[in-house]
Amino acid sequence: MKPGRLVTRRTALLAGVGATGGLFVPGYIKGLPPTYGHILRMGDNLTYSAQRILLPSRRAVREYSHKDISSFPAIGTTDPASPHIPNRSDEYGPLRKGGFADWRLSVEGLVARPGTYSLADLKRFPARTQITRHTCEEGWSAIAEWTGVPLARVLEAAGMLPTARWVNFRSFDQWADSIDLHDALHPQTLLAYGMNGRDLPVPHGAPVRLRVETQLGYKSMKFLQRIVVTDTFDDGGKNGNIQNGWSWYAGI
Amino acid sequence: MLDQLTADATITAARPALETRGHARWVRVSHWLLTASILVLAFSGFVILMAHPRLYWGETGNDLTPALIELPISRNHRHGGWVDREPVGGPPSAISANRTYSIFNQNGWGRSLHFLAAWFVVGPGAFYLVAGLVSGHFRRHLWPRLRDSQPRILWAELVSHIRLRVPAATGGPDYGLLQKCAYCGVVFVAMPLAVLTGLAMSPTVAAAYPFLQGVLGGFQSARTIHFFSFVAIVLFAIAHVIMVIASGFRRQMRGMTLGR
Repeated sequence: MKPGRLVTRRTALLAGVGATGGLFVPGYIKGLPPTYGHILRMGDNLTYSAQRILLPSRRAVREYSHKDISSFPAIGTTDPASPHIPNRSDEYGPLRKGGFADWRLSVEGLVARPGTYSLADLKRFPARTQITRHTCEEGWSAIAEWTGVPLARVLEAAGMLPTARWVNFRSFDQWADSIDLHDALHPQTLLAYGMNGRDLPVPHGAPVRLRVETQLGYKSMKFLQRIVVTDTFDDGGKNGNIQNGWSWYAGI
Repeated sequence: MLDQLTADATITAARPALETRGHARWVRVSHWLLTASILVLAFSGFVILMAHPRLYWGETGNDLTPALIELPISRNHRHGGWVDREPVGGPPSAISANRTYSIFNQNGWGRSLHFLAAWFVVGPGAFYLVAGLVSGHFRRHLWPRLRDSQPRILWAELVSHIRLRVPAATGGPDYGLLQKCAYCGVVFVAMPLAVLTGLAMSPTVAAAYPFLQGVLGGFQSARTIHFFSFVAIVLFAIAHVIMVIASGFRRQMRGMTLGR
C-alpha cells in the first residue's frame, strides 16, 4: 500500500464531505424556514444558520453623521392607494387624508396584551434616532436618519410570551414578511415614523415602516399594518418572499 | 491528517519523478470544485449586476447620485422613470424620487445561487490553502523562487506566452515563472479579495466586523473592488484555458482529472 495514496483519498473525501455535507445539515435543525426541497432555499438556510452560529450576537451597525445623509430612491410601492397597482389598499387613502390620525398598528399573536397602537401611542415610547445605511438587494445604497421606537420596546409592552420565535409583519400594500427574535430584539430595529427629521413621507412607507438594519432593504417593510408574534414559521404564502423566489433571510 | 500530509510531501519531495505524473488528488479535487463554483459565481454575479449595473465609491450610490462607472450591461428590469423629485431633508443635495411602473425584478434566485456557490469557494478554498501550506505545495510549486525572479525572465516568458509558444505540457505542477506569478495572484490576492469584499457587503457581517468596510472604504467601494477582483479572476481563467489548449489539452486535462 502506498501511504501517499491513502492520505490524498482521505483529504479529498474530507473536502467533499465538508463542502456538500454542510449544505444539508440545516434541514435537520428544528424550526428553520422551509426549503420545499429547493436547493437555493437550502443554501439560504445554510447562510442563515452559519451567521447566527458564527457571528457575535447583536452588534450595532455603523451609524453615520448628518452630513452623510444622501439621496434616497423610493421604489416598490410608493403609494398603496394608487389605482394603478394590483396590490392597492382601499383603506390607505382615507387614512392618509386624515393625516393617519385613525391609523392603528395591531400587535397580536403570542403576546399577553394584544392590542392596537395609534401613531400618538408609538410616539409616547422613548424614541430612538439613528443615521444608517439602507442597502438594496439591487446593489444601490443610501443613508438616512430614522426616528422611531425600537420594536423590542413595543413587544415588551405587549408582553411577548416566552414561546415566541418569529415576528411577522403585514403591510397595506399586501406584503407579508417576518424576522427572527435575534433581529426583532436588535436595539437598532425600529418602527420608524420619522425620516431625516420629518414625518415619514408616503413613498418611504408612511405612517410607520420597519427598519431592520442588519438585513437588506427589502426586509424593512413599508406601510405597516399588523404585527403577529408566532412560535411557528409563516412564509407569508403568495405575499411572502419565499414563494416569490426570494430569500427569507437577507442578512447575507 | 496534517502529519500525514507532511509525510506525503516528504515522499513526493524524495521522488521528484512523481511530479511529472500529474497533480496530487487534493489539488485535483479542489481545482474542479473551485472551477465549478467560480463559473456559477461569475454567472450569478452577472445576473445580480444586471439589476443595477452602476459602480460607485464610498458608502452610498444610487440612481439619484452620479456613478463612478456605468457598465454597458442591459438591465433585467424596466421601470417608467423617476418622478416627484424633492429634497429629502439632510444636506441640500439629498433628494428623493419615486420609481414608477416598477416591474418587480426577479433576481432573488441569482443572489441565492451566488451565496450557495460562495460556500463551495469558502469550504474547498480554505481546505486548499491549508493543504497547500502544510504539504509544501505552495513553497515548492507555486511560490516564485527569488533567484529566478528576474524581470528579464518574466518579460521573455510574457512575450512567448503572448505568441502562444509555451512549453509542452507535463501534466504536473512544474510551472514557469509567469505561470507561478499568475497562480499566486489568483490564489493569494484576487480570490481572497473577492471573498473579503463579498463578506464586507453583508449587512450582518458588516455589523459584526465594521473594520471590513472601513478598510475597504465603504459598502460601495467594497462592491466595486468585488467586481474588479472577479473581472481579474475571469480574465485569468480565460488565459488559463488558452494556455491549457496551447500546451496540450489532452495531456493537461488528464493530469488535472486522473492525476496521470
